[in-house]
Formats: sequence, structure tokens, C-alpha cells
Amino acid sequence: MLRWLLGGREAQGPAEKTSLLFIGEEQPKNCYTELQVLKGHFDIVRFLVQIDDFRFASADDDGLVFVWNIQTGERLHELRGHTQQITAITGFKMKTADIWCSMILTASSDRTISLWDVDNGNRVHTVSELQSSVKCLLALERLDLWLSGGNDLCVWNRNFELLCKMEPFTDAGITTFIELPKNCIVAAVDKELIIYRLTLSTCDEQKWDIQEIRRLRDHQDNIRALINVNDWAFASGSHIGEVIIWDSLSWMIIANTRVFAETANANEQPEIKITPFKQQEMSIQHLASDGEYVVAAVGNGIYLYNLLTRNVTAYKKNAHDSNVLQILKFSEKHLISCSEDGSVRMWELQDLPLAAEPASSGFFGMWGFGRPTKPTSQHLKKTPESAPQRTLELMGDLIGHSGAVQMFLYFKDNGLVTCSADNLIILWKDGARESRLRSIALFQKLEQNSRM
Amino acid sequence: MITSPDLVAFTKEDDFGDSYTELDSLPDEFSVPLFSHDENKNPWSKTSFAKFTKDFILISEFSEQVGPQPLLTIPEDPRTCGSFDLNYFSLRIMSVDYQASFVGHPPGCGYPKLNFVEDSKVVLGDSKEGAFAYVHHLTLYDLEARGFVRPFCMAYISADEHKIMGQFLELSSEFSKASECLKTGNRKAFANELEKKLKDLEYTRTVLHKETELQKKANGCYSTQAIEKANELANVEKSIYEHKDLLKQITSYPNRKIKDPEFLPYEPDNLFNSAGLDQDQMPNSFNTDDPPEDSSYVRRPSYTPQFIKAKSAKCFDKRLKTLEELCDVYFFNQTMEQLAQIEKMFRGDLIYISTNQIFGALLKKQKITNFLFEDYEDHRDEVERDEYCQKQNPCSAAEPALSEPVSIEDYTSCVETVPIKLDQEITDEELQEAEHTESSPCDVTRDNSEEAIDVDIKGSISSGDSIEVLGTEKSFLTQGNLIKSESQPTLLSPNSETLRKKAVSKRTNSEDSIEVLSTTESHLPEDLRATYPSAIHEEETYLDDSEDQMYKQALTELGREAGPEVQDIELFNPQETTEVDSACCMGQEGLVFEEAMPELAQECSDNGVINVAPQSCRQGDQALHVDFSLDDTSYAPTEGSPGVLISYDLNSSLLPEELSRLNTDDISDSNSFMSASTSSDRTSSPFLEGNPITERHKKKAGQSALRFIRQYPFAQQAIYSLLSGRTLIVLGADEGMVRKLVNALSIFLPNLGKYGEIIKPWLTSPFQITDLQNWKLIGLHRVASPMGSSLLYSLNRYSRYISILDADHKTLRCPPYRGTFVSKLADHRTQIKRGSTYFMHIQGMLTQLSSTVFLYTFCHYLHLPISCDEEESLVVQRRMEFLHVLGFTNEDIRIIEFLAELLKQHYLQGPGRGAAPPIFRFDYTSSFLYKI
Repeated sequence: MLRWLLGGREAQGPAEKTSLLFIGEEQPKNCYTELQVLKGHFDIVRFLVQIDDFRFASADDDGLVFVWNIQTGERLHELRGHTQQITAITGFKMKTADIWCSMILTASSDRTISLWDVDNGNRVHTVSELQSSVKCLLALERLDLWLSGGNDLCVWNRNFELLCKMEPFTDAGITTFIELPKNCIVAAVDKELIIYRLTLSTCDEQKWDIQEIRRLRDHQDNIRALINVNDWAFASGSHIGEVIIWDSLSWMIIANTRVFAETANANEQPEIKITPFKQQEMSIQHLASDGEYVVAAVGNGIYLYNLLTRNVTAYKKNAHDSNVLQILKFSEKHLISCSEDGSVRMWELQDLPLAAEPASSGFFGMWGFGRPTKPTSQHLKKTPESAPQRTLELMGDLIGHSGAVQMFLYFKDNGLVTCSADNLIILWKDGARESRLRSIALFQKLEQNSRM
Repeated sequence: MITSPDLVAFTKEDDFGDSYTELDSLPDEFSVPLFSHDENKNPWSKTSFAKFTKDFILISEFSEQVGPQPLLTIPEDPRTCGSFDLNYFSLRIMSVDYQASFVGHPPGCGYPKLNFVEDSKVVLGDSKEGAFAYVHHLTLYDLEARGFVRPFCMAYISADEHKIMGQFLELSSEFSKASECLKTGNRKAFANELEKKLKDLEYTRTVLHKETELQKKANGCYSTQAIEKANELANVEKSIYEHKDLLKQITSYPNRKIKDPEFLPYEPDNLFNSAGLDQDQMPNSFNTDDPPEDSSYVRRPSYTPQFIKAKSAKCFDKRLKTLEELCDVYFFNQTMEQLAQIEKMFRGDLIYISTNQIFGALLKKQKITNFLFEDYEDHRDEVERDEYCQKQNPCSAAEPALSEPVSIEDYTSCVETVPIKLDQEITDEELQEAEHTESSPCDVTRDNSEEAIDVDIKGSISSGDSIEVLGTEKSFLTQGNLIKSESQPTLLSPNSETLRKKAVSKRTNSEDSIEVLSTTESHLPEDLRATYPSAIHEEETYLDDSEDQMYKQALTELGREAGPEVQDIELFNPQETTEVDSACCMGQEGLVFEEAMPELAQECSDNGVINVAPQSCRQGDQALHVDFSLDDTSYAPTEGSPGVLISYDLNSSLLPEELSRLNTDDISDSNSFMSASTSSDRTSSPFLEGNPITERHKKKAGQSALRFIRQYPFAQQAIYSLLSGRTLIVLGADEGMVRKLVNALSIFLPNLGKYGEIIKPWLTSPFQITDLQNWKLIGLHRVASPMGSSLLYSLNRYSRYISILDADHKTLRCPPYRGTFVSKLADHRTQIKRGSTYFMHIQGMLTQLSSTVFLYTFCHYLHLPISCDEEESLVVQRRMEFLHVLGFTNEDIRIIEFLAELLKQHYLQGPGRGAAPPIFRFDYTSSFLYKI
């Protein structure tokens, strides 16, 4: 226990001193001490989709989709059929005869969409000869419908029958869309957000119509990320670093801020100031939310925005050496991010003042009690009002990929799956837990053998 | 390595002369005269009065023309037998053929009948010559020979009587295989010969028929010529029938031996080799009139039948077929290979062979942990073979000699020959005996067999006063039967068995010229009870999978004390075993080590084997379990113990050729290792990719390893990396040097695999994470080029998973090691001088380690909570306490944990990796840079 604490303090040391993050090889808080490399893909693995608690699918630029078991690392099925790269993939649960079937929808550059049964690896439906390739898919399990977005927006039912279709966009297509309450859809097209509403047509029970309700033109650049924050809000992020929080029902702006750029400028390190701020470095690559916070991947950095206080709670400007591609807040205090630099990093949210108190911070900071009030208030006085109250500390990093880590899936206890441009998928597991599981399996087998 | 065959007491005095100087001051009556080693350096060697220097195999024939004659020896080198009189010895060994090698007309049967007799196996001693021999008699069929049979024998001749006796069953099973190979070839050749003869006869018949017709026409039906011709024709007809019958007999011979997994005469790859050989040898081995027949591939050229003169040429000027012709060249060569193999197998001193056998037997017990550090090939094959044997022949797997006889008749003929052939005065008892088994061919032998053989035998027996029959297969077999008579479905009832035995011993007592040294009574208590029951039971326990075996052995151990019957019963009582099982696996509070230890010990110790070699095994066991606190003193072969050194030196005189070869290898190895930094010799790399790693490789690597630990002060850290599963990268510009280092370090790698697939001795391209997963020891080429920079990049990137040994700058970057285990394993002040000795030391330590790992892995309470509400941290604490008590601290724990994970995976998945991708485990620990 002591070692764990000491290690924690050590790990903190270099991160504080230098802007370049280096955690070192001693990472006592990093539980991922076992990995399995899943081979099979021959091109960049771009997408991962979770099917259930122990299965996930991966899709690559060759058009191959594999279904894997996270516990054993076995490849369960190979879904072959697409001839070109997969552009969108989503899970789709269908209820047939009171049983929920796990399905996967895949869209490819070969202008086909397929529906796969994950349990047996069969292609259930396929539609080809689409006018353009589909860039995003959205399954509306509640309505037993699914939508495809690209240069046009189509609504399909489970039998792959086209229900309705919006007129194609002339210049740009839909990059992403999400579902809103009251059968509404919001789609990101270029700089605009377009709200659509699905309605059951009056004449036919099975017939759905789709109507454009409103266009939101508040973003000044291309919208990169669009997520649901909670039941009443959604968020969008643009290429130049704006993040707008919208009301899901009224579609009004709750918060419109280029917070990240501003705070970043305010606290910038001297050497970074010299170099001009590149567009790329402010681009919102990915947004994630746990309902209370919105986490944004901005360039190389990660930012944590509190919805209630409406300010940036914590940030790390150079969280990675290259663009952060995905970010996730998976618990009260912990975040994971992956980046083009090929690494996955885990972050811990710590209260800021503790860092200024190296003598006592190690012990009390982590337990969250006995925080000395006096230095804290002093420290707070020094910092401007807008400055974050908390800090993100590197807890550990996972190095294994030799290419950009495109995406990851967090499976709680079962581990973490990462996919990368080096054609590999890596399962990261908690070594201690796996060891225990193997022991259990071992004694089970012993028992079986003795019974036989 | 559990027992090391090198631990023989020392007699040489060069290194230790100083310490024994006070010997001289002793009064004369106390001083022991020094052994004079002018002639012979080995005081125990009995070869001093034998006329040959080392063991060899002799094949002799009882020629019907010249009597017993030696045919060939293996090895062929004439020096092996020296001044030893082969002719004389052939006479000796051929004179005790107990076989019922009879072919002829049995009473009541019109046609000659072939008997497919079992080979007989005898141990002979010639005390005058100082030669002892295992003699394997067999008969081959030859159409031209008298009675169609040619008696042969293969003899393994050694100066050491104990060796022959001790290895009797092994010798017997090996020679049986060779003999079976010969006989298979012979049956084939005999059938071919018969076919040809039949064609000849039929041709002759047609010719004769025509002539008879001509005679009849010319001279009338009743002219003498016509009658003569008719008689001749009738003879030919009869002869045709006889030959047809023979052919039928030989071809219908039940090829039961083919089912025996150990007998595979038609191996495709061998076939190709020997087919090639055949081509080469063809001109020498065949006469021109004899068309070459290649066993299975080359189609025989169509045979042109010849006319056979009425009078068969049974003359002495007739050339007898050679063994090669008798047996078909392919089979002959195969047999020669097998015999050469046998010669190699039994080369060396008895203690060496038997310790190796003990070692092998012990290894089989530990099949769960074997994969970690033991030689992969040996034990796996054996285990598979045993399992196969169990399936095929569950009762007599341990005794290949006791293959099921074809018929009762054959069996009895085989058994009964002893009274018959030896008989000068047959007692009533024996006559009854003989009648007891009806249609026993011994009667026939007496009636019909040719006088000459009998005379010969009698003659040699009466003259052979120095010959001692030390044991026959019968005595061994019956003993075996006695012991496991409950489980053995023998054809004969136990009663008749014992009766017969009495007969044997009684008669031998009455015989004055021949001493049968071994009787049932004399053998049963010491040798056989010691060796054979254990072999049997050990294999029986293999019926069950894995774990239980150790509990069962515990029971066997108990049972052995109570007596054989009890032990059998206990062994197969499933209730018993499960009880013990649960008792062990049940979690118990506190320290359960005291209870767990004996179980482990039983797993490691073999009851029977201990009886054979009490000192070595017992010691090893004690070191294994009694002293788990790992005191230095508990290691028998610790560094610095002088006996080890010297005795190994001594051993080299025991096994001259093999070890001297090894020594030179060692020397050359070390030399090149020394010079590796300056010269780049790429030729003498001992480790070759794709080849199975053998004991010899490892022993050679031992020398390099010894140099490594002496040369590099951070050797322990490097070895720790290997043992804890952290990939070690040896970085260097010079391939020879890097390969040497990789080779040296390879002996520390757990789970090496059969071909050492987890070693990459020389890599010139950047590596990926998957490579680290597959390779645990990599030799990496340091180059100054773009390729080199990407190499360095990958080194840097994956630095947390690897240890880097820089061979050029003599630095090591790896996690620190503060434990004690590796410091004992690789002490740079070690007194061990010889690579192979050091290898033994390592093997001993690693075996000990793997037994600890076994214990650790299979203790239930160390890994799982005892009660449902117990916290995980308590389990962890218990685990740490356990290891601490065993003396493993700090980084040693990581070694144990890593090996335990390997063990778990291996146990769960089996040796194959399965469908799941391999698991790569690592730690987040910081590394340090070590310099010389």
C-alpha cells in the first residue's frame, strides 16, 4: 500500500515539471499489465463497436469485419462481403419473437450497407447500388428503424426497405447525426446542424416521413463532433475549437464558447506562445460526456468542461504528442484518451492545490480528506477566476501500437480494446484479475479431472 | 535435471592433492594403496580383464556348413572388439539357443509346417573372457536352408555383468524391435523366394509332363523311363503343394506387430534414405543371377522360370544366402540402423544409463511442469507413447517382450524349449510338464530335427564349462507375471506357471556344466521388484490425467509398504483419491506447507526408482521438500563443492568418445566466445534455428553461460529478466558475438519450446509488440543506417517491455534484481569449471524452482478466498507470506508469479496455443543501467 502511494507521488513528479509528459516505466496505478494482440486485419483498423459485455466487432479499410470475444481474445466470426473500406458501423438490436438479436450494420465505400447476425456471422440483409457512400449510420431500436447518412439521408426499416429519403445535399453531406427526444434527429452538415423530425404518416401505419425542422447556423467552421450529453442537452464541436451546448428540446444554445482556446491562451507556457496557434491544434476531434461533464479532445490536448458551473474544470494542453482521436470519462475521476502518436493514456482528476504542496499532497490528496485549507485559499487567490480548479494527472500509458490508435472500447473489468493503423487490435487486461480468473479455471479443471 | 549422472566419487588427485597431503604421514597399515592407473583410469571398469574396450553388438549365425560364425559387429570398427575372440564367443552364444527353431513335417501333417516362434532371450556370462552378453536368438527362413530355417543371434556384449542384468528388459525390448524388423523383411523375401520357386516348379512340371508324354509315346506306358518320369512328376506335384502351403503360411502370418506403435518398418522418410542406400549397395550385395529386389518400390523384373533338376542340390559347395539377401536390403539397413541406435543408447557406464532412466522416469511424473525447463522432445514423446501403449495393451505395456503370442502352441513352444534343449536327464516331472501342453513341438523336435543341431548343442554345452546362463526371458517374464498376476490375463494359469519355474530351477541345479545364475527366487526380491513394479505402476497411473497422479502415487507409496496387492487395489480406488484430492485443495487457514510438502515430494519421487538408486534420488528429494527454506547447504550440487568437478572429470574416462567430443566442443566454444569481440566467426554458432534443441545444445550452452556470468557482473539481472518473462534483447554489431550470448542465455529461458521458437538469435529488422510476445530472447543487429534508427526507435518505444544487453558497450538496461534465487543460480564466483556441470547445476536449481511453482500454482487457498466474504487483499497477503516462508523475496516473487502464469496457461490450454492469441504479461517497473 505504501509503495502504491509512493509510486503515485513519483509518477506525478515529472509531469509537473515539464510540459512534455513522461510518466516513466513505474506506473503503479496502471492496472493493465497483460495484453493480447489480435491479428487478422490487413489494413488500418478504424472502427470498433461493442456488441455486448463480452463481444465486439472491428472493421478495417479492407472491408473486413471481425467479431471477437474479449475474454479469450478468440475471433468468433469473420464478416466478409464488403469490397472496400468500411465507412460506418453500428450495433443494432432487433427483437424477433421476444428475443433480442444482436446485429451489426455496416456501410462501406463500395456503396453497400449490410446487416449481419453476430451470433452466426451470416449476412442477413444487404443493399447495394446506393447513389453515394454512406458516412454514418444510426440505429433507432426504439422505433425499429435505422438511418443512413451521407450525401442524402435515408430511413430504413429492419427489412431493409427504404421508408423515406431526404433530398441530397449539393455541396456536402452529413458527417454525423444523433437522436434527439421526440423522434427528432440532429445531423451535422458542414457548418450547420439540421434538425429533422420523423413522423408516422397519417395514411399508413408503417409509413414514416421525415421533415426538416430547423437549421442551426451558429458554428463558424465545420462541425467535427456531435454528442448527446444527457436527456436535455447535446453538444457539438467545430474545427476551430468552438463547443456549443444545445438544449435538446428547444434547440437553443445553452452555452456557446470557445472556452478551450481562451483558457489555453491564458495559461499557456511561454515557449508555446511563440509559435502561432495552428488551426489543427484547436480542432475538436472528439467529444464525450458522462452527463455532468463534457470532455473534449482538442488538438493534442484534453479539456474537461463542467456543465453546471459552465467552465473548464481541468485541462491538459499537451496530453499527447499528436492529435487526440478519442476520449472517454469512464468514472468519477478517470479518463482515457488515445492519440495519433500511438499511445493510450489514462488520466486521473486531482484537486489542483495539492500539487503545490508536495510534502503532504501525496497522502492526503488521494484520500480526499484533511486538505489543508490555508494554502488552498492562498493558491486560489493567485489563480484567476476562470482558471480550472482541478488538474489532470497522467496515471499510466499503454504502449503497444506502432501506428495511430484510432479508437478504443472500454469494457470495464474485462479490459480495454484498442485498434490502430498498424492493423492490430490489442486487448489490455488487468493482469491481477486475469491471473485470478485463470486460477479459478485451473481449479475447476482440476475438479473435473478428479471427477472423471 | 533431478539427478545428475556426473556425481560419481572422485579418484583423481590433481586438484586436491594439497588437501590430502597428511595421508602420507599415516602409518602404513592405515594407508590404502593408490590405484594404479597406468593401464586403466577407471578403477571400477571391468574391462581390465576383458579383451575389448567397449560394448558392442555381435550378430552371429549358426551356419549349416561351418557351424557358428560371427557375421558382423556394430560398430564395425575392428578395434572395438580388440583381441576378443569373436569366433569362440559366437560358438558360445549360438550353443545356448533355446528356440524351437523347427520346421518340418509334424506328425499327422503331410506338409512341412512353419512355426512362427518367438525369439528367445538369454543372458550369458563368460567369466574367463570377462564378457557378458545379452543374446537374442532368432530364426530366419530360407528356402534353401535345412529345415528352411537359419538360426541367427544378436548379442549385446559388455564387460559389465550388472549392466546387462540391469538393462535386461530395455535390451530385450530394443532387440525385439530390431529382430522384428529383420523378420518382417525375411518373411517378405521368403515369400518372394517361394513364389519364384513355385514358378520354377510349375515350369518344371509342364516340362516333365511333356517329357512323360513323349516317353509314353516312345517307350510305352510301363517302361522304366516313363515310370521314372511319372515319379518325378509326382514329386514335383507334391513339392508344388508343399510350397504352396508354405507360401500360404508365410503370407497369412498375422502381421500383429505392425499394430505395435514402436514398430514402424515402413517409415516414408527412412524409406527414401534407405532406398537411396539400396541403389548404392546394389552392386555389392547382389549376385548377378539374383535379380535385385527392392522391397516395395521397384517392381521386380518378370521372372523367367527355370527347370529344376529332380535331385535338389543339398551340397556343401552351395552358397548360403547372406543376411542381407535373407532380409531384403531395405529391412536389413533399417535393422542395422536400429542396432546402431541400440549401441548408442546403451553406450557408457551402467550408472550413467540408469540415472538417465531414472531421470526419464521422474520427468514423466512431472509432466505438468516439464515444459518449463526440461528437454521438450524426450518426455513428450515418451508420454505419448505410453498413452498409446496403454490404449493398445493396457496390461503389458511395461513389458514389450511379453507380446501376446500368436497361439498357445507358439507360446508353449517358446516356454517349453528350456527343459527340452537342456535335457540330458529329463525327470518325470518335466516329462509330465511337457505332456501337459499338448501338441507341444518339443516332442517333434526330438523326433524330427536333424541330428547335427542336437549334436552341436550337446557338444558345446558339455565343453562350455565357463558359460553361465545368467537369466532367460522366461525367468524374467514369470517374475513379472507373478507380481501383477491379478491384472495380467496370461494364457497360462498361475499354477502351471510356478510349476514350470520349479522345474527350471531344479534342472539347472542338476546340470553341472551350466550354471543358471538367475532363478526366480534370486531375482524377485532385489532387481525386479525394485525396477519393474514401479515401471508398471507408473504407467498405470498415467491412465488418469495429470494431477491425480500425484495423489495416486502417494497412495502407491503407502500401498507399496503394505504389499503389492494392496497397492493395486488402492491405486484404482477412485473414492480414495478424490478424498485426498479435496483435502489438498481445500483451503485451510494458516500454514499448510507442512502438509503440502510431502505431496509434492511424492509427486517428485518415484517409489520404485528410489529403490534402485537410493542415494541420488533421496538426496534430491530432500533438497526439494525437506529444506524448502533454501539453505545453501541443502543443495547437493552447490557451487564450490569439489566433488562435482572432479567426478565429472572422472566421468570422461568412463565415456571416452562422447565426452571427449563434448570437451573439445566446449573448448572451441569458449575459445571462440573469448575471441568473439575481436574476430567474427559466424560458423561455429551452436544454436541453429528450426532444429530441435537437445540436451547437448544446452550442455554446450552451459559453458558459454558460465563465461557470461563470470564476465558480466550484471548477469543476475539479465537472468532475472529471462526468468520473469521480460524479453531480453542482446544488441550488438557482431553477429557471432551476439549469437554466442543468445546461446549462453538460452538455458535460462523457461518454456523454450521444442525448437527454441521463443529465441530469435539474430534479428536485423525493427520489431513490433507481437514479436516481443513471441520471442523472449532476441539478438539484435546494431547498424548505423536508417534501418538502425528505426531499430533504435522500436527499442526506445518498447523499452518498458524489454531489457537491453548491449554486447558492444557491455551495458545492461533492465529492472533491478534484489532477490536471492538468481544469485544462487548464477554466482560469478562459482567454482564450477565445466560447462556441462554448470548446466547440471542450473537444471537442478530450475527443477527445484519449477516444483515450487507447481506447489504455488496448485494451492487453492493461495489464489482463491477460503470463504465467500474474504477480501482479495487477504488472499494476496497469504500468497506473499507463503512465498516468503519458502524464501522467495522481492523480485523472486515475480519469477514465481510469471512461471505460475505459464503453468496455468499450459495446464488450461495444453501445449498447443489453442485458438486464443497468446498472452503477454509485463510489469510497470523502472529500469536501471548497469555497466561493467
